[in-house]
Amino acid sequence: MALLQISEPGESPAPHQRRVAIGIDLGTTNSLVATVRNSIAVVLNDEEGHPLLPSIVRYGADGNVAVGYEAQAQQASDPKNTIVSVKRFMGRGLKDVAHAENSPYDFIDGPNGAGMVQMRTRAGVKSPVEVSGEILRVLRLRAEAALFGSDGGELYGAVITVPAYFDDAQRQATKDAAKLAGLNVMRLLNEPTAAAIAYGLDNAAEGIYAVFDLGGGTFDISILRLTKGVFEVLATGGDSALGGDDFDHRLFCWVLEQARVPPLSDGDTRVMLIKARQVKEDLTLHAEARFNAKLSTGQVVDVMVTQRDFWDMTRHLVAKTLAPAKKALRDAGLTPAEVKGVVMVGGATRMLHVQRAVAELFGQAPLNNLDPDKVVALGAAIQANALAGNRSSEEDWLLLDVIPLSLGIETMGGLVEKIIPRNSTIPVAKAQEFTTFKDGQTAMAVHVVQGERELVSDCRSLARFELRDIPPFAAGAARIRVTFQVDADGLLSVSAKEMTSGIEAAVAVKPSYGLADSDITRMLKDSFEHARDDVHVRALREQQVEGERMLEAVNAALSADGDLLSADERSAIDAELASLKGLVSGRDHRAIKSAIEHINHATENFAARRMDRSVKQALAGKNIANV
Amino acid sequence: MAITLTERAANHVQGFLAKRGKGMGLRLGVKTTGCSGLAYKLEYADAPNPEDVLFETNGVKVLVDPKSLPYIDGTELDFAREGLNEGFKFKNPNVKDECGCGESFNV
Repeated sequence: MALLQISEPGESPAPHQRRVAIGIDLGTTNSLVATVRNSIAVVLNDEEGHPLLPSIVRYGADGNVAVGYEAQAQQASDPKNTIVSVKRFMGRGLKDVAHAENSPYDFIDGPNGAGMVQMRTRAGVKSPVEVSGEILRVLRLRAEAALFGSDGGELYGAVITVPAYFDDAQRQATKDAAKLAGLNVMRLLNEPTAAAIAYGLDNAAEGIYAVFDLGGGTFDISILRLTKGVFEVLATGGDSALGGDDFDHRLFCWVLEQARVPPLSDGDTRVMLIKARQVKEDLTLHAEARFNAKLSTGQVVDVMVTQRDFWDMTRHLVAKTLAPAKKALRDAGLTPAEVKGVVMVGGATRMLHVQRAVAELFGQAPLNNLDPDKVVALGAAIQANALAGNRSSEEDWLLLDVIPLSLGIETMGGLVEKIIPRNSTIPVAKAQEFTTFKDGQTAMAVHVVQGERELVSDCRSLARFELRDIPPFAAGAARIRVTFQVDADGLLSVSAKEMTSGIEAAVAVKPSYGLADSDITRMLKDSFEHARDDVHVRALREQQVEGERMLEAVNAALSADGDLLSADERSAIDAELASLKGLVSGRDHRAIKSAIEHINHATENFAARRMDRSVKQALAGKNIANV
Repeated sequence: MAITLTERAANHVQGFLAKRGKGMGLRLGVKTTGCSGLAYKLEYADAPNPEDVLFETNGVKVLVDPKSLPYIDGTELDFAREGLNEGFKFKNPNVKDECGCGESFNV
């Protein structure tokens, strides 16, 4: 343990300074940043009190980059240089972008025709990563202003949410954007998972939950099981190109047909789309809303839209959300009736016909007591706080992911030394020191196993590797530090390092790979049923190993310094050795133990004489000044 | 129930107290902070509180508040040198596990 100093009364230092971490919901339409303050997750507002930051970036003529509402205000007048819904292009090539011709942007293919699509703006060619980076930078500055004020301070790190459907390229693009924005990404978190964290903690409810996340541009459905803060994702599904924007677009098209509007300029398209969003939002509160816009051509569009019209024209979009939801349930082997609650996430879930369709599918009213726009950011903040290590004993801290079975290594006698016990939360790192068994041993096999039983043969073997070139020490003198590290993705890396020479060897494995829940359950059950046997087996094996080590050591000593013994002494020791040798392969650990003690006793004088001799040898012929 | 100091620790405490020029002894306790649950409190004591429990070993008075006592009862305070660093060490029989840095612990 650490060494402590005496403090003045009342001034004992806190053991660890609190680390400030934030959660960011980097959304298609809007982004948010949240943090945990005094154990409560809160969304951080901008200076004007807006919680949302529109995910819009404008490259201005004066070289300024505007983000958020300021950029949104300009989006109609300057569509080519005002990038909206950039999340849809993250990690995508030009050929992946649907309806590129309908977008106002000047898309160009990524370098070499591969890689990510880019956009030509007046500030030069911008990649979606750079555009997202601008949004994240504004959120970072907002968080720093809100959390540190003018004092200055450093954010420990951030958790950024991504749709469950994001592939590796899209996730990597998100990480790169965060790096550009000067953020340390502790983890990318799936959006539905973040929502579950927010609800699971705040409401402390256990059971099966569905997270229905209809955001601006993406739809995710996840089926989760929540138990005492531990949750497990049972199934996910979704559509990475379906969101509130599509409802706006559908309404926009419908209005164009109704009003017989000729093809529009880029600017007018924007005006009409913004209007369509307003009308859509009005229709959640009112039975009808007026679509009224004046185009740059002088034409006035004025159409009344009723809820019924809107629901009819977007029915197919709602249906597109239900199919993945049903499939996810099937995948999880559940019926809708088994779902205890449905968490609504994303502003688009405010639409009444979406709520009703979800209620019909699951046979219950969806949960929406947290703001659907904020819930993901709140969950991300809670996770960020946990990852930063800010949790006190009073809080029920969140078990995000645990190791289902203990991880350990094989030691002499086929025994398992557990290094990381089961149910440890990940990420986790633990180290333990081991030593050599034989004199002059220059290599050690490290056998990584998983399971609860005491014997290697009853556990699951994960990996083996060898640490070679250990300096030849006497048995027990080498210090080999074995470090187990499980990262947030469940990847286990094991390294072994000989501490005096610094030689090292390592291996990485995925412990949960190919292990079904039923296997884990069976392995656990076995360990409970065999607990008593295992204790005996371990005691026996330990004594056997100790006995063998003793035989080895005494025999080595006898062959080196046997001349120090009289014939009587020698025969006494030989008799004890023979007795131990007979017992060591037996089943009685107590008998082995007492035989070992007898040898210890019988060789006491011998050991003392050997010590004298080696000291004499070491000193012989040396001047006192050289010793 | 007892809190003790090793002779070495007691000598150092007396040295520190003499250098400080005031104080009747030490105050030991725990705070519920830290990454592993509890953290030790090690302070000079200028005056006892009415509820304090007083221990004395090797000429050093140690005050402990009754709420902290169950967590540290049986503790021996030692003084140790580790490399260039030296300081006090709590040898607390109640500890089940401690955080990696050893600044906080669980019972």
